[in-house]
Amino acid sequence: MELTTIWFILIAVLWTGYFVLEGFDFGVGVLLPYVSRDEADRKLVVASIGPVWDGNEVWLLVAGGATFAAFPEWYATLFSGFYLPLFLILLALIARGIALEYRNKSDSTQGWDRTFFWGSLAPAFLWGVAFANIVRGVPLDADHEFTGNLLTLLNPYALLGGLTTLALFTFHGALFLALRTDGELRQTSARIGRQAGLAAFLAGGLFLLLTQLHDPKPATWATALVAAAGIAAALALIGRRDGWAFTANTVAVIAITATLFGGLWPDVMPALDPANSLTVANASSTPYTLGVMTWVAAIFTPVVLAYQAWTYWVFRRRLTAPQDQSPVREGS
Amino acid sequence: MDVLDLSRWQFGITTVYHFLFVPLTIGLSVLVASLQTAWHRTGKTQYLRLTHFWGKLFLINFAMGVVTGIVQEFQFGMNWSAYSRFVGDVFGAPLAMEGLIAFFMESTFLGLWIFGWDRLPRRAHLAAIWLASIGTVISAYFILAANSWMQHPVGYRLNPVSGRAELTDIVAVLTNSTTLVTFPHVIFGAFATAGAFMAGISVWQIARDRDAAIFRTSARLAMSVSLVAALGVAVSGHVQAQIMTEQQPMKMAAAEALWEDETSAGFSLFAIGDVENGRNSVNVQVPNGLSLLATNSLDGAVEGINDVQKRYEAAYGPGDYKPVVGIAYWSFRLMIGFGALAALLALAGLWLTRRGRFPGGPWFTRIALLGIGLPFLANSLGWIFTEMGRQPWTVFGVMRTAAAVSPGADVPSVALTLVGFTLVYAVLAAVEIRLLAKFVRLGPDHESGPEPAPAAAALSY
Repeated sequence: MELTTIWFILIAVLWTGYFVLEGFDFGVGVLLPYVSRDEADRKLVVASIGPVWDGNEVWLLVAGGATFAAFPEWYATLFSGFYLPLFLILLALIARGIALEYRNKSDSTQGWDRTFFWGSLAPAFLWGVAFANIVRGVPLDADHEFTGNLLTLLNPYALLGGLTTLALFTFHGALFLALRTDGELRQTSARIGRQAGLAAFLAGGLFLLLTQLHDPKPATWATALVAAAGIAAALALIGRRDGWAFTANTVAVIAITATLFGGLWPDVMPALDPANSLTVANASSTPYTLGVMTWVAAIFTPVVLAYQAWTYWVFRRRLTAPQDQSPVREGS
Repeated sequence: MDVLDLSRWQFGITTVYHFLFVPLTIGLSVLVASLQTAWHRTGKTQYLRLTHFWGKLFLINFAMGVVTGIVQEFQFGMNWSAYSRFVGDVFGAPLAMEGLIAFFMESTFLGLWIFGWDRLPRRAHLAAIWLASIGTVISAYFILAANSWMQHPVGYRLNPVSGRAELTDIVAVLTNSTTLVTFPHVIFGAFATAGAFMAGISVWQIARDRDAAIFRTSARLAMSVSLVAALGVAVSGHVQAQIMTEQQPMKMAAAEALWEDETSAGFSLFAIGDVENGRNSVNVQVPNGLSLLATNSLDGAVEGINDVQKRYEAAYGPGDYKPVVGIAYWSFRLMIGFGALAALLALAGLWLTRRGRFPGGPWFTRIALLGIGLPFLANSLGWIFTEMGRQPWTVFGVMRTAAAVSPGADVPSVALTLVGFTLVYAVLAAVEIRLLAKFVRLGPDHESGPEPAPAAAALSY
């Protein structure tokens, strides 16, 4: 396999990891005001992602760094072209991270919870907008510089992409909460999760259908169908078999990301004028750099996966609100 | 202001701001890990209480470092797309390595440490904080390797067809002489920062007689760390300046306001420059000082700004190759001055608190608290010096800053993000300082939320 192919796949894997993991973090943030009745619930909801959210966000940073190293042209065009949406995403991620870390240390939590909600909702929506535009193609000049503006990016197809990721991540967060909590909170999460799942199925179905009609490939038809089946299965299982429901939607998130990257290949950023498109060939680093980075990735990726998996194992138990005054405990 | 100026301001503000938190994170993570190790070894509760107290302040600071670091990963592409295209092949590699090798490690193990007090075996829990600290140090190494390549590009070639820099030797990039000497300078600086922070707050706690006994321990520890770190900063900084004299003579000439090539050059203590005419109107010097510092010889030859300018014109074509001399000169001097003052404070603090003593009167506490700011000023000025002193280059001798900016960027967008980041960062600074002050005031053994709490360990998820 060519090194550029390996790195295209690796970057797709990094984004997939990011969407699977921070996807439920975003969902938990969006659901916070809807699933919790009181402060004890809110503490529990936030605690459900407390130990892992920061590690999950690193998937994004590594995806960014890997794109810089492996496809500098892609990195340069994407982030300079999507300047304002990315600025909004960065502000949201900053505010959200601070809200998560400072809420329990502050006297008043209301403002932080609002920040956490909007800071989760905005990127959950904007990543969908960004990826829809990447897949559909944007105006690029011969130097691969983006020539559109903010309104170019806010087209109906991209907005549908945004709704898809927002609904999908909200559903993912609900499934995660149903898996990690118990009692009333678990039931409420499942109930709201059903609505989010239905929205994800409808918006995502239409979005993937439009994506496929634009650029039909047999392989991405298959992944799109797997995605639909995954959401449907998660909807059927939510509230009954939490682990399997969460797994089914994880498969759906993976399949959707695979559909988008599959649709992209062999471009990394198609231009409206195909002559100006960035491809895995013309956007990539030299074989030497890709070779060095392949060794680094081959050695360290398994290590990272092992210790992140171990973290989830350590914090695997359901969270329950205790009877005494202390806020949150881990049940058995 | 044009897009270039706005982009430079934005990079300067976001980066200097980010680096307020980074050194404290690096230094404090190791100190907290050391305190927890002391508890693990001796079983004395005072060490556990100190671990919790300083651990909480460490986490408040760490969160700011994390969120401001996200911007750093993306703004090369956002505002410096021409730079990213040009250097990605070389510069992207250490950045990606940092993410994969260091970021994952520090954030994952820190999550385990925060929430793992009652879930992990004691030894594994101790390992978690050490792994997180080691992650922060590794992270610094890769970032400094990337930055050092901009100061002193090695291990690459220019592709004549694509016009881009291409990596030819990753080992050369990772063992760049500039990196090897910058890394200890930055790490010692991080310990000086954490030391001053811990010393100032400990002294304040002792003065108000809250858990004075345990804060004596952290005060003495912090002052000792500060002192050793300051010596390390000075020695590594000296070697660094010598290397810089060789690699970037213009930067060092500007730092010394030395206009003409000289043998037996004096070290300038105070100068008023006349940049128009390329000379100093006032200059108070230590005779032969600069030659000695730069070349280890009293009559060593040191290059001056006007002569380097001529040499650069011959090498790179016509143009102005001078950085802003006043900024280079004063940021360099003030960096050294604030650093030296921090070292003196640590030494004085150790003497004044010897064998159970503690000076009465509010002056000691006041100075100790003000002293917290000194390393932060020195760190910031050091970066301002090294980055502004490299101008007009972004990659020394290879790419000019003016050619690095995103060609598609427009003034309103960059102005918006510059103002946006600055405002949000200002608000966050206020929030962070208030929160730090609150937890300093609450003192040890205060419990809040799902943070580590020894008394109710079983309940604190």
